[in-house]
Amino acid sequence: MLATGLVVIAAALAGAALLSLAIGARDISFGTVLHALANPDPNSTDSLIVTESRLPRTIVGLLAGAAFGLAGAVIQGVTRNPLADPGILGVNAGAGLFIVIAISFFGITSLTGYVWFGFLGAAVTSVLVYTIGSIGRGGATPVKLALAGAAVTAALISFTTAVLIVDVDAYDQFRFWQVGSLAGRGIDIALQGLPFLVAGAALAFYSARALNALALGDDVATSFGQNVIVARLIAAGAVVLLCGAATSMAGPLVFIGLVIPHIARAITGPDHRWLLPYSMLLAPLLLLVADVIGRIVARPGEVQVGIVTAIIGAPIFVAMARREKLAEL
Amino acid sequence: MVTTTRRRETARARTVAVVLFVVVIALFALTLSYGDFQISLPDVVRSLFGLPTPAGVDYVMHDLRLPRASVAALAGLAFGLAGAIFQQLLRNPLASPDVIGVSQGATTAGILTSMVLGLDGGIVSAAGLIGAVLTALTIYALSWRKGVGGYRFILVGIGIGTVLTSITSFILTRSDVKIAAEAMIWLTGSVNGRTWDQIIPLAVAVLILVPLAMILGRTLTGMQLGDDLATAFGVHVQRSRFALLIVAVCLTGMATAAAGPIAFVAFMSGPIAARLVGGGRPVLIQAALVGSMLVLVSDFIGSHLLGSRQFPVGVVTGVIGAPYLLWLLATANRSGRGG
Repeated sequence: MLATGLVVIAAALAGAALLSLAIGARDISFGTVLHALANPDPNSTDSLIVTESRLPRTIVGLLAGAAFGLAGAVIQGVTRNPLADPGILGVNAGAGLFIVIAISFFGITSLTGYVWFGFLGAAVTSVLVYTIGSIGRGGATPVKLALAGAAVTAALISFTTAVLIVDVDAYDQFRFWQVGSLAGRGIDIALQGLPFLVAGAALAFYSARALNALALGDDVATSFGQNVIVARLIAAGAVVLLCGAATSMAGPLVFIGLVIPHIARAITGPDHRWLLPYSMLLAPLLLLVADVIGRIVARPGEVQVGIVTAIIGAPIFVAMARREKLAEL
Repeated sequence: MVTTTRRRETARARTVAVVLFVVVIALFALTLSYGDFQISLPDVVRSLFGLPTPAGVDYVMHDLRLPRASVAALAGLAFGLAGAIFQQLLRNPLASPDVIGVSQGATTAGILTSMVLGLDGGIVSAAGLIGAVLTALTIYALSWRKGVGGYRFILVGIGIGTVLTSITSFILTRSDVKIAAEAMIWLTGSVNGRTWDQIIPLAVAVLILVPLAMILGRTLTGMQLGDDLATAFGVHVQRSRFALLIVAVCLTGMATAAAGPIAFVAFMSGPIAARLVGGGRPVLIQAALVGSMLVLVSDFIGSHLLGSRQFPVGVVTGVIGAPYLLWLLATANRSGRGG
């Protein structure tokens, strides 16, 4: 049953990818899209749009979406926290600050150059937020983590602003990254992020069984012979690799990593061996559909995908926050 | 025994308030007198009372420094008071309006009116106020479930704040980079180049709302005991809480419209005031004065002490506030008050 579901979602994802190739400021028929993919023609405008602009963008969307979905499922599993999400936890703001430093102090102007800084910033911040949020009684509870994330975000934004106020050129670049978008991403961005994403995904799937054990509580997990600390570290490594690379590629996309695992969990139940692949396929589906919506609502311009996902995701976040027993996972 | 302790605490709270007031006045005078064009204190006083002064003093005073000092003092007062009200109502030192989305509501509304609709002056003030109130009402309504629980309110606020921030980012990508860069300075919080039509709405709001907050704040001592006990003591918990919250939200909205969401002032003032006063009592008036002091000091640092370049006040409060915030988070969690 669950395997069939995966096939259905994969088919839907292929459909969304096709839509993402066909729809935009200039609509291109599906036949032309497929033809352009099979036989790229450098003299045809339609073919160029598909292969040079929309194909890389769609690939970045697929990769970043899969990464956010997986990272969200792992982070929620390992923290046993239903509100865990890279955006809420301040990881984006960390990536943002480091990217600003790259642009302003090191004069790095290409996305392929500052992707590394975003990566480092995401890693540093996630460790910081999780450490602060897990101090004290009860470990990393949802409220403590969310507050630590919001507070660290505010702190990092102050530093980011201090740099940007002096450097208007850096600000001009940064504001387009900050909003969260797939527009203008080339295939080089996807290739650069790919090794991190593959490594992160491998770690994530490797820890699926351990996450199932952790879900029963540390004591039970230990009695099953699970080394709790090692399992946490591997899972955290997966999250940092996935979030860091995806955030650098597509910018800070909030709520995807939060919402998708909940939808996936409704289908699969709590078993991470199914939850992870479902999250990995559902998230890019949402991301590509959101990106296409963003291109349709503001023709001939577009609304960046970060805005669309924020508006779709917020009601779900609020619904989660209203639930009576927040910490049950 | 109990009464002596209480009397001593009251005396200390009063002393702290008086000292803070004197410090704020001194900083206010310093802002008026210090700068590239030095004005002696006697000339400052003379100019304030409309007496004859040396050439240039009246212009620098009335057109440049008095608006700046006034907006710094008033916005600080409003943020400090609003932050303390939020923190005491929600019984969480981290739950100030700038952390949980209310300031973001005022900010987004301000950006929307000034950048998308191209309006300025009093209309932006009104928009900031409306934005803050609508956001707070939305958070309040969405977190309502047989009453408003503190944690639910905070979480819903963080969610709403995230959406508002991304809407602001979106608007910023839609405009010319020069305008967007100016908007960013406002987004950080700045008291530079304010005009009287921006300050007067804030001054009126402060004159009305601060006394109102003081009156409503008397019920706070009861509410801090927890909803059950407070109800037992006869305090209409939800109604008083709602009224105070609205006052705090209006203060946040008006101050944000005039000076931008100056980072961390709302967040820092309450805990600093509580530390100065001690004894775990509500410290609204002290928090308001601490807020004023923070903005005046930070503006002085930002405009005179950081080399040739002037930084907006929000950068300074942010850089001061961030480490303090992390420390507060860690200690609040350690003592079990963070959630």
